[in-house]
Amino acid sequence: MRGLILGFALNSHSQRITPRQMALSRFFSHKAAVISCLILLILTLFVILAPFTARYGVNQSVQLPPNSFLTPRANAWLGTDDIGRDLYSRLIYGVRVSLMIGLVSAIVSVTIGALVGAVAGFRGGRFDDIVMRITDLFLAFPFLVTLLIVRNVLGAISWIKPLTGEMNSVRFIIILFSIFGWMSVARIVRGQVLSLKEREFIEAARAVGASRRFIIRQHLIPNSIGPIMVSLTFSVVGAITGESTLAFFGYGPQAGEGATSLGILVGAAKGAVQTGYWWLAVFPCLTLVVISLSINFIGDALRDATDTQLDRGA
Amino acid sequence: MTEIILKIRNLHVTFDTPFGQVLAVRGVDLDVMKGEVLGVVGESGSGKSVSFLATMGLLSSRARVSGSIVLDGEELIGKSPQQMRSVRGRVMSMIFQDPLSALNPVHRIGKQISEMLQSHQELTKKQAATRATELLDLVGITQPAERATQFPHEFSGGMRQRVVIAIAIANNPKLLIADEPTTALDVTVQAQILEVIKRVQQQLGTAVVLITHDLGIIARVADRVDVMYAGRNVEQGLVDDLYDHPSHPYTRGLLRSIPRPGKERLTPIAGFPPNMISPPSGCAFRTRCEYATEQCETTIPELKLFTDLQTACLRANELPDFRIAQ
Amino acid sequence: MFRFILRRVAWSIPTLLIVTFLVYVALRVGTDPVESYKRSNARLTPEKIRQYIDSNGLDPNYVLGYFRWLKNFLTGDWPRSIKGSREVWPALKDAMANTLRLGIAATVVGVIFGLILGLVAVLRPGGRRDVLINSGAFLGISIPPYISAVLLQLLFAVYWQRWFGTSLFPTSGVYPAGHTGFDLFLMLKYMALPTIVVAIQIVATYSRYLRSSMLDVLNSDYMRTARSKGISERRILINHGMRNALIPIVTVAAIDFGAIVGGLIITENIFSYPGMGLYFLKSFGDGDFPLLMPWMVIIVLSILIFNLIADISYAWLDPRIRLE
Repeated sequence: MRGLILGFALNSHSQRITPRQMALSRFFSHKAAVISCLILLILTLFVILAPFTARYGVNQSVQLPPNSFLTPRANAWLGTDDIGRDLYSRLIYGVRVSLMIGLVSAIVSVTIGALVGAVAGFRGGRFDDIVMRITDLFLAFPFLVTLLIVRNVLGAISWIKPLTGEMNSVRFIIILFSIFGWMSVARIVRGQVLSLKEREFIEAARAVGASRRFIIRQHLIPNSIGPIMVSLTFSVVGAITGESTLAFFGYGPQAGEGATSLGILVGAAKGAVQTGYWWLAVFPCLTLVVISLSINFIGDALRDATDTQLDRGA
Repeated sequence: MTEIILKIRNLHVTFDTPFGQVLAVRGVDLDVMKGEVLGVVGESGSGKSVSFLATMGLLSSRARVSGSIVLDGEELIGKSPQQMRSVRGRVMSMIFQDPLSALNPVHRIGKQISEMLQSHQELTKKQAATRATELLDLVGITQPAERATQFPHEFSGGMRQRVVIAIAIANNPKLLIADEPTTALDVTVQAQILEVIKRVQQQLGTAVVLITHDLGIIARVADRVDVMYAGRNVEQGLVDDLYDHPSHPYTRGLLRSIPRPGKERLTPIAGFPPNMISPPSGCAFRTRCEYATEQCETTIPELKLFTDLQTACLRANELPDFRIAQ
Repeated sequence: MFRFILRRVAWSIPTLLIVTFLVYVALRVGTDPVESYKRSNARLTPEKIRQYIDSNGLDPNYVLGYFRWLKNFLTGDWPRSIKGSREVWPALKDAMANTLRLGIAATVVGVIFGLILGLVAVLRPGGRRDVLINSGAFLGISIPPYISAVLLQLLFAVYWQRWFGTSLFPTSGVYPAGHTGFDLFLMLKYMALPTIVVAIQIVATYSRYLRSSMLDVLNSDYMRTARSKGISERRILINHGMRNALIPIVTVAAIDFGAIVGGLIITENIFSYPGMGLYFLKSFGDGDFPLLMPWMVIIVLSILIFNLIADISYAWLDPRIRLE
């Protein structure tokens, strides 16, 4: 009935609203998501313009020991760490590394996952079965356990080393998370394709003789953009959080002289708590939570905006 | 004079949507007599379902309802949710189009009927179960006792709709509203369901409002008809009268558009259904009417008695004669 | 129904074998058991190395080696740890008990609170409570467990101590050092913080699950039928709303619980809680194959069993599934 009301309200010659416009308008009505977009935008700008926005180099000491561990003050806005490096600058460089890891691995995951999921859902049969079993297996195991084991296995396969680099390189970590990420995306896209497959417009396309590839490209994937974009956001969050988890155990990315990542900075928080240098704990953690929260809000708003069932309560 | 069981006067229902205010019902007047079958006909969007959802109080909070709805002497508009709950299921019930999704998939059929019984009557579980079985028998379900222990997905479409009817009449309501009860069913099953409704109505003396867009069903089952268009009444009267010599151009258009053997071309009604956010001024049908004049733009026609029908057309007495044989 | 269960159980056996085989391969490739053994023990004779390879099924041929390991495992002939030749089972048993206690406590608390909050939120969608609870849930999901753990530690242990002299909740271990025997009150005190940390995530997740599931249900046609029957709001909410909305949630809860045995690693690490998580970290770091394989088997078993429970309960709760 709801669809009916909106249906006959919209027909005839009054307004023409494309699905994209509807989705956009619904997205922007989520205040939290809009604020999150702004926050992320500002953050990204800061990070891209790093040499200008950071005040010091990533490995540069503001004040050499033994008088390091400075509290936040004029020449080090967020304080300094154990060898006197400015936390603010390190945070900017660190976020840059982590965002890069998050974005690149998410894009790779989603690309692979969407393709695999679409084909699996559409063809069904053997391929679908196998994909489902593999992803079931991986996703059922506790995350950290699989992460650590896969990391070791990947690192032990000597012949891909030229491609992946050392186990603690940024490249390696990106590949690691891509391997993890594609599976959840594949499942989501597969689910979407399964439900789309039954719809009449697919039957109609088949009836006029469209090839399978055409149907996947022109009908299934465009109609799955919603879930794909939502998966993208959640993959990014997953990768960023995962990277900090790895860093927590000391397996984080070490890319060069004193280089850092958000995860490494957060990982140092544990020790900082005991010693009372609260700024080393608070600021990195706050940054991580804000990024995480923002992306989650955006993902949630995206999910609502692209939901084909209009009018679900709120 | 037969008693009026439902009296609707000047009913207005508007919905707030992101695209504007939808004027779904714009001043509907309706009477349902005790024990009769009233057919309500109209296209999608005519406001026929919304009017009766408003009567049942089943519209969402986004709907604004005004006017008067009097059921068995009591004014329904303005009642609290609690009071409405006591009326629903007891004095009036409603059944809907899709029987599968209308039934809770995880409850057994018997339980779904008993629930209806026990909410409004003082019955023990056993008494309710027995009565539920009787009701299933009444609507024509074979082996009712066994079937009562089954789940909805174990029934066919027609059987499910019978169950839905059984639930609706469980407390012997004075009014049963059936919103497109046969639209989702096969043609042969449609006839069976209509027969069940007719039988139930005769046995229990329930008044039935049959909402549909199918003129054939009306002809078969209804005593009186109400035709709706764009949220208003357009014509009302006895079935035979309406079908024989309708006055309103819309009704005429509807009857003319029924395909018949021997007739070579289909004659649809020109134009499109109206936009309910900003319907045409005056008579909403004028954009599709071959007899429209300037007057029709400015004045909203009210139902007036013309021959033996109530017609809402300003030019009712000027129109040429119309017989169904044409 | 019975045949359904039987069939699923029958399928589990080959699945178990395949999965443990894959784990076996992954561990051999990833941790290099023989090298780890050599690293942990100074003076090794070829004789001892041979014995190690045999008892752990580390043949050059992976398939043969797997079956050798399997035979030893099933007959109870478990090789000892590479460090100090400790017996595996006692350590594993204790770790399991600790983690199960933590897991069950957190799950029970978390799911109950989560469902209640989700229900309160969905009663008035878009309302103040809904927005509040949803935002809270978001926050809960977005804060990784180690951050909340560290924050709680900060709050309750370090700062509380500074302000009040004593620490309200301890921040590490199961009992104070040197304590023996069973003391419920002490145990609860030490479990409090880790339980809260884990429960936060669970509350956040399940409140959103229920909200989403209820929204689906509340918008369905049979809810409209229920309302048109004129039955009480409470009945509609519980017998129709919750009854249907909880079905997918029970299934998810079962699966989640199956994963909890190995899923508390970070929390255990931060609170130095000697459960399955710490056990894994230590043995994985050492490359201790004899310790690792039984641990993995327990994880896999737990996952399979609870997946089975999830499927069975889904079929039991939703009669439409039983037809298969």
